[in-house]
Amino acid sequence: MLRIRCPWCGERDEVEFHYGGQAGVAHPDDPHALNDAEWGEFLFVRDNPCGEFTERWSHAAGCRRWFSVVRDTRTNEVRAGSHVPAARKPVAP
Amino acid sequence: MTRLSAGGRIDRGRELRFRVDGEEFSGHPGDTVASAMLAAGRIEVGPSIYRGRPRGVVAAGCAEPNALLQVHGDPPEPMLPATCVDVRDGLSAETLSGVGRVGRDPDPAVFDKKFAHADVVVVGAGPAGIAAALAAGRSGARVLLVDEQRELGGGLLDGRAFVDSRPAVEWVDRAAREFVELPEVRVLSRSTVVGHYDHNYLLVAERCGERTERPGPGEPLQRLWHVRAQRVVLATGAHERPMVFADNDRPGVMLASAVRSYLNRHAVLPGHRAVVLTTGDSAYATAVDLLEAGAEVPALVDTRPDPPPDLVARVRDRGGQVLSGSVVVGTSGAPRISAVRVDELDDDGVPVGSSREIACDLLAVCGGWSPAVHLFGQAGGELRWDAVSAGFVPVRREGLPEVIGAARGTYDLAGCLAQGFTAGAAAATATGFRISAPRVPPASGDRPPNRQRPLWLVPGESGSPDQWRDHFVDLQRDSAVADVWRAVGAGLRSVEHVKRYTTISTGNDQGKTSSVAAIGVLAEALSADSPGEVGTTTFRPPYTPVPFALMAGRARGKLHDPVRTTPMHSWHVAAGAVFEDVGQWKRARYYPRDGEDMDAAVQRECLAAREGVAMQDVSTLGRIEVVGPDAAEFLNRMYTNGVAKLPVGKARYGMMCTADGMVLDDGVALRLAEDHYLVSTTTGGAARVLDWFEEWLQTEWPHLRVRCTSVTEQWAAVAVVGPDSREVLARLAPELDVSNEAFGFMQIRDTALHNGIPARICRVSFSGELAYEINVAGWYGLATWEAVHAAGRDLGITPYGTETMHVLRAEKGFVIVGQDTDGTVTPLDLGMDWVVSSKKDFVGKRSFARPDTARTDRKQLVGLLPLDPGEVLPEGGQLVAAEADRTPPVPMLGHVTSSYRSAALGRSFAMGLVRDGRRRVGEVLQVPVGGRDIGVEITTPVFYDEEGARRDGRQSR
Repeated sequence: MLRIRCPWCGERDEVEFHYGGQAGVAHPDDPHALNDAEWGEFLFVRDNPCGEFTERWSHAAGCRRWFSVVRDTRTNEVRAGSHVPAARKPVAP
Repeated sequence: MTRLSAGGRIDRGRELRFRVDGEEFSGHPGDTVASAMLAAGRIEVGPSIYRGRPRGVVAAGCAEPNALLQVHGDPPEPMLPATCVDVRDGLSAETLSGVGRVGRDPDPAVFDKKFAHADVVVVGAGPAGIAAALAAGRSGARVLLVDEQRELGGGLLDGRAFVDSRPAVEWVDRAAREFVELPEVRVLSRSTVVGHYDHNYLLVAERCGERTERPGPGEPLQRLWHVRAQRVVLATGAHERPMVFADNDRPGVMLASAVRSYLNRHAVLPGHRAVVLTTGDSAYATAVDLLEAGAEVPALVDTRPDPPPDLVARVRDRGGQVLSGSVVVGTSGAPRISAVRVDELDDDGVPVGSSREIACDLLAVCGGWSPAVHLFGQAGGELRWDAVSAGFVPVRREGLPEVIGAARGTYDLAGCLAQGFTAGAAAATATGFRISAPRVPPASGDRPPNRQRPLWLVPGESGSPDQWRDHFVDLQRDSAVADVWRAVGAGLRSVEHVKRYTTISTGNDQGKTSSVAAIGVLAEALSADSPGEVGTTTFRPPYTPVPFALMAGRARGKLHDPVRTTPMHSWHVAAGAVFEDVGQWKRARYYPRDGEDMDAAVQRECLAAREGVAMQDVSTLGRIEVVGPDAAEFLNRMYTNGVAKLPVGKARYGMMCTADGMVLDDGVALRLAEDHYLVSTTTGGAARVLDWFEEWLQTEWPHLRVRCTSVTEQWAAVAVVGPDSREVLARLAPELDVSNEAFGFMQIRDTALHNGIPARICRVSFSGELAYEINVAGWYGLATWEAVHAAGRDLGITPYGTETMHVLRAEKGFVIVGQDTDGTVTPLDLGMDWVVSSKKDFVGKRSFARPDTARTDRKQLVGLLPLDPGEVLPEGGQLVAAEADRTPPVPMLGHVTSSYRSAALGRSFAMGLVRDGRRRVGEVLQVPVGGRDIGVEITTPVFYDEEGARRDGRQSR
């Protein structure tokens, strides 16, 4: 079971969290401006790297906040993500 | 009898009697079933699983492949290694042929769980582990030392090593006393770390019940520890390997270290005339101990041409013989071993073909040692082949546990102590408890297995490898060299594939003795340079088998999952309701009266709702408060229909979709103020919808000023349904004008009930009838329910459950998200175009224009009327064309999602999702069930009161 550091609550067990998939995949501002292929890409296609992966988690059984971490998919080593709080699109500070 | 007159770590003052296979044995505290059987001269156990070959005890610990017991009792305990079961008075067991039998009844024993944190966990209490725990423990760090055996010491208990010129067991005793005195050190003996998961999360199976002869009432038999450690030190030791030669499975062929363990730990001499076969130094100690215990050693057969002269002298001085550069090529016996054939090896390790026979009743084998790297492997560690120690050893990496001692191929005692002290001190220091490693005491005695000459496959005296069916590789799986050759012949190269093809290492011992031997044989078969080229299979938990009952712990029966009940639950129970689980909620399904079955009760409840008045506890519906200046804008983006312009004091049914356009949930939104909504969700969808809202607010629209709060538990709600519901409400809420004109459909009123309870009343309907939902604070739920019941008593008010609710809504064609939808259904598929706004954008809207979603022949919601009105279709039944060929695969046109008998229609009816369903209205399809076809006509999905005339109740009041 992973040990994940919530930026607000500290390190907790994985059971307290919900997984949110790849970070940085923003909902398009105007989906209707996208063609079907682009929209399909947003809906269904995600990265699946062997190595570092920036992904979103929600501290569902704690503060309920979303955040992102960088996890190495080979070793499950986890470090804080680049954009916290974990906007699907990076939030300007 | 082969019990020695002195020595051993047994309590000779007590005699324990037990039975195996009906035969009576006796032993002493400190004995295992295996050691006591060996003491009585019995080495043979149950025959092998597939080939029925006679087998005997091979090992002395958890690696045992043959001696598996079914321990009798209530319930029985299957597949326990006799080498790990302590003798106890009255124990009764039988030996197995590789397959046990689980009991029929639930296990009544108590299994417990415990959650713990530790600074340092040390796994294994041999010399390295004890040293590590001492060094770490003295720092003040919280240390957990876990060991599978009943006493600390590991291999030191099997041998004759010295620390500080005193027997090593004295050093172990001193350490054990120190552990008791160190307040932050806890020792878990009889406990196995069965799993090493990510980020130092360990599962420890503690056999606490074994510490007493029988656990007292309520005391756990076993306890499962979930341990999160900052640092883990693995001192898990090594397993001795057998060797692969012809008839190497005969009873009386044992591991050399096991022979020594039985001698020194249990004072048992497993044979009187023993041949020792070895590839390195360590088995010389076995020969010496055998000789000193009075056995003959007619031959110590060493594969090496030049064994260390001092070791050879030690054996010869005691009357033993040493045959160097030789190997055992076969055994004979009926069935217990009575002789071995020994041959000389040439420089390439091939027998020269001039074997001679040596009589014996025991063959002690050391084919080398394999570090017990299982937990390191589970933790994600890589292994490399180390030619010097002839084993797979861990590759150190930051973030992985530190491995010390035999588990990393260090077999000498001084080295184990040094590594233990260093690793223990380093681990404690890393967790903030600074300490330096203690001085390493001088150690002497047993010789480590140095300078090996491994021999992976001793050729048979005739034939070729593909014929060597009696060269056993895995005793528990009855797999032999011929099986490995056949796998390679079939084109398999990967050790993972060969493992699965041959089933080698898939027994309940998980290949503790066989796996590296098999890799060695496979390396020969593939003409690889070393086992390192072949590599190991993946190590997965558990290290040793654990009972399912231990995994379950106390979370069985009522404690399996949390139960949620409404404030009115006690009333439903008293009324004899039958309940169903909806998520974690207990909801009343129906309220049978005397002698009624569900059908009869539901028919009665439905009629009351349609013709009089009925009431349902709807407290379980999810409720979320959505508050803030941007609440209207936010909900407008979430719902498929518009809610921004919803007037204050009004309610609106709404639906939500995921971004791919599929239905997520539905419910009613109430607008309580300009900036304040109360959103209801399905009973099972409440948590999901709140998560969904939060995700969008936090990650996409953090600029929207909205806050969401779950208030499900704060409210209780009663639905009052039926033409007489207005009358009941008038009695309940005297201050309220309940006329249709004053209190219209989808309106909200805050009022006080006649008993003073403040209530929010919504005129909503999930049945098509005139209906009100009375919402009160949760703690008024029961009082309100009773007040409603009393107010309608003379009108025959009828409590109804979820089954009636389902029938009533289905008669009206109202869907239930999750029953009539499954994540592949859009609102348009449901025919609910009216709930999809064309004016605004919302989450999922773009997807309706995707080519697949826009298809006109998607599966669509339709009504289904069985041609036989008495036939109730099974939900989930498949719909096929009448003319379809019934040879699989039969083209499926859709399936039944909801199906009931209707009192109002006087017949059965159903709803379903059918490909191109709306164009098929009028068609007849078939539902094949149990070998026959049920014909159904496709209809529109509204069966009752299509014009909605009943919504406002009776015209005159």
